[in-house]
Amino acid sequence: MAVRPQSIKVRVAEVVPVTPLVKRFRFVPLAGGLLPAFSGGAHTVVEMHDGAVVRRNPYSLMGSPDELDSYQISVRKVEDSRGGSVFMHERVKAGDEMAVSPPVNLFAIAWDARKHLLLAGGIGITPFVSQMIQLDRSEMPFELHYCIRNDDRGPYWRDLQQRYGRRVQVHRAESGLGMDVEALLVMQPLGTHLFVCGPGPMIEGVYATARGLGWPEENLHSERFQAPATGAAFDVVLRRSSKRVHVGTHESLLEAIEAADVEAPYLCRGGACGQCETGVLACDGRLIHNDHYLSAEERAAGRKIMPCVSRFEGRELVLDL
Amino acid sequence: MLVSGIKSRPVYGTLAPNEQARLNIVFADGEGALAVLAMKPAAPTAFWARTHVIYVAGGSAPQGHFAKLQALGTHSCHEAPTIASALPRLKALLGAARMGTQLYLAGTEPLMGEGMRVAGEYGIRHQSIRTEHRGSLARRVQCVHCKGITESVTTNIVPCAHCGLHLLVRDHYSRRVGAFQGVNIDAEAPGQLPKVEEVFK
Amino acid sequence: MTIAFRDETFRDDYTFRNSPHAIRRFPFPFHEDRYMYAVNIEPHALPGPKGSVVEFAFDVDEHYVSEMRDRELVLRQDPLRCQALPHMMAAQWDLLELIMTSFARDYPEHFSLERDGERWHWVNRPLGIDQRFVFGDALTLPYEPMEYVTRQAQGDWVIVDQRDGNLWMDAGMVTTQADWSLDFDIGMNFFEWHGPVPLAHELGVFERALKYLMQVRVGSPVRRLNWTMTINPLLDTAPERYPVWGPDRTTVTPDNVGHKAHLRVELQSFWRLPRSNALLFPIRCYLIKLEELVTVPKWARRLPRVLKSLPQELVDYKGLTRYRDTAVAWLSRYDDGAPTSPGGGPD
Ligand code: FES
Repeated sequence: MAVRPQSIKVRVAEVVPVTPLVKRFRFVPLAGGLLPAFSGGAHTVVEMHDGAVVRRNPYSLMGSPDELDSYQISVRKVEDSRGGSVFMHERVKAGDEMAVSPPVNLFAIAWDARKHLLLAGGIGITPFVSQMIQLDRSEMPFELHYCIRNDDRGPYWRDLQQRYGRRVQVHRAESGLGMDVEALLVMQPLGTHLFVCGPGPMIEGVYATARGLGWPEENLHSERFQAPATGAAFDVVLRRSSKRVHVGTHESLLEAIEAADVEAPYLCRGGACGQCETGVLACDGRLIHNDHYLSAEERAAGRKIMPCVSRFEGRELVLDL
Repeated sequence: MLVSGIKSRPVYGTLAPNEQARLNIVFADGEGALAVLAMKPAAPTAFWARTHVIYVAGGSAPQGHFAKLQALGTHSCHEAPTIASALPRLKALLGAARMGTQLYLAGTEPLMGEGMRVAGEYGIRHQSIRTEHRGSLARRVQCVHCKGITESVTTNIVPCAHCGLHLLVRDHYSRRVGAFQGVNIDAEAPGQLPKVEEVFK
Repeated sequence: MTIAFRDETFRDDYTFRNSPHAIRRFPFPFHEDRYMYAVNIEPHALPGPKGSVVEFAFDVDEHYVSEMRDRELVLRQDPLRCQALPHMMAAQWDLLELIMTSFARDYPEHFSLERDGERWHWVNRPLGIDQRFVFGDALTLPYEPMEYVTRQAQGDWVIVDQRDGNLWMDAGMVTTQADWSLDFDIGMNFFEWHGPVPLAHELGVFERALKYLMQVRVGSPVRRLNWTMTINPLLDTAPERYPVWGPDRTTVTPDNVGHKAHLRVELQSFWRLPRSNALLFPIRCYLIKLEELVTVPKWARRLPRVLKSLPQELVDYKGLTRYRDTAVAWLSRYDDGAPTSPGGGPD
């Protein structure tokens, strides 16, 4: 039932090094005119054609939701990943043509919140850039705490401090967060919503602290950009479309399914949103669940898999697709 | 035209102490005191020391529940004569509260409805409130026609206390209004009423 | 193409009629000779078939001017039909932008919009409106943005906020509804506001629909049809005024049913609003008299068959209990028993 959205053809207008590991990319629509509007915290999925392999990685849109003649994303180079960020850093040049998806928001502003408390770690700053523009414009109270290694390794902190003054606080530490999360959380007024974006362990740590202080789940929001894990190659049978598909080491199960021209729904491509949930009809081997969506019971039952991040090891896997 | 089996009825739970919470606010009426007292085995003394109680005895006054609530050793324990008179105190507590505050509502649906409505004004989403229904099933009913509220309705059909129309009390519940919906039952055949039954006791 | 707007009423003397053109493009909702709930949602791919009600984002038709006059009368009587919770302001502006840009693009002979940054100039010729305002500044418009723009757009408009894995009805302009109260339902979630609908919960229809709707994306709207019946061409069948219109159901006779009974079809669409991430849920009501409907032979055959096979719960829920049999008897005179072709459109 889900329809794969049409991708938008764009040209890379500019590639700007921001820190030794982060580059910013600006895309303009090939057809001219404006790109679709988006909301604070939204992401786009960038399509990368690397030889025969097509990768689709999500990146937060970090421009202003009011300036739609271009989209901007920031990419941190991760050497041991399966290659998406390395491809963006080493192969993509100004003038290249690429394709991006219409915006999707899985980290939206809580419009009914009385205050937004934003916690960013490193490259996790990106979704907050557009969120803060909207919060500021809507005159909604917010406070950003931004954890960076040192002044050279944290993208954008100077600009943000300049723009928002005391509402942006930077914490520097070579390891850990360099801030007392508990002391911060206990001071928050009723109706505060906490937004965290950063490495997995940071999100888990902050959530654990918040839960330990009695924060309700409804007030906790996080976004993690998890690149699909790499792993051994395997084959998969798609029962409804009667196809056998090979999944290579450096592509995800979802990407292999798409490459075989089979429609599969998705939103986050990071194992968080649940949209790509697919039925497992037969499994002779072991499902490697890398998602954050399925419950422990669902994993144990082995009847569902999230193809955007999860893999398989064994003799035969048959999916309901 | 009786339509039944509506799914917007609120579902209530069983009170349990939130030991993580740094502050607890308990708002209860009538037999709701028993739900609060039932938390005793699961709640350490320190829990009660972080807890404010606001209690409306109503018809349960002769049972002396308030004295038992006072004996819990709470941070404060206040008795109010009516739900309405308790609300300013509830608002004052919520207004000063920080994140990490747990709200508990126990007793009748009108009490829980009012408690949720007020909590919403302070940014508490209703899912994070712990509730337990005790005592009367009597309903607050909003007349969809004149918007007046009829209190303590125990029958399936009731004359609106404001405009006088005969209302069928539906299971359709609005958290914002804190009431069930009442719709005129005999518009298509004036005076022809189904049997009036006491169903919400 | 210029639309010839009719001057007609949806109350008192009920002069509402459909032109032959409007009859041909009526969104007949039945794809086969029976009806049951299904998640019948499809992409609202634009432009749709030329001249159809889904050709453009939002349909403007011959009833536009008169429907807007009727909305004005309803709001005068009861301002609670238009409400927005305070956190919906960003979504209100999203809605205004979507309607104005769509109208100006799709009906340039009737509407125009000039934008100079935040300074906007809106012209609505059919209603004689010429308005300059600052986008984002509600005090430069005579009403809040949702009310302003939906006083100029046919059908009901509901905006739902997406949070906690659910959809919450937090704003709306609702004056042409099939017997539900915005004032009562505002603030409810998807399951709660559908609470009164029988059967569908058990079929799991709402769980599936919710999951689908939450992933609707910017630029990829979807749509579905829903239906009921109404006695007299009354747009405003609000529960608030049920004591006034309910008794009309008792006035149906074999002689007047063709004229009095109307099939009421809702074209519902679902749009992701780009800046607020809210979902927009326009519910556009189309009315057709049974005597108008039977001028299309396929519909004349199909409607009595559908009505006959309707489960009793649905007959009651849709309020047809008193006159369904009368309508079926009258319609059956136009059903020669011949097979009907699949799909809803006329042959
Ligand atoms: S696409 Fe979101 S979980 Fe797979």
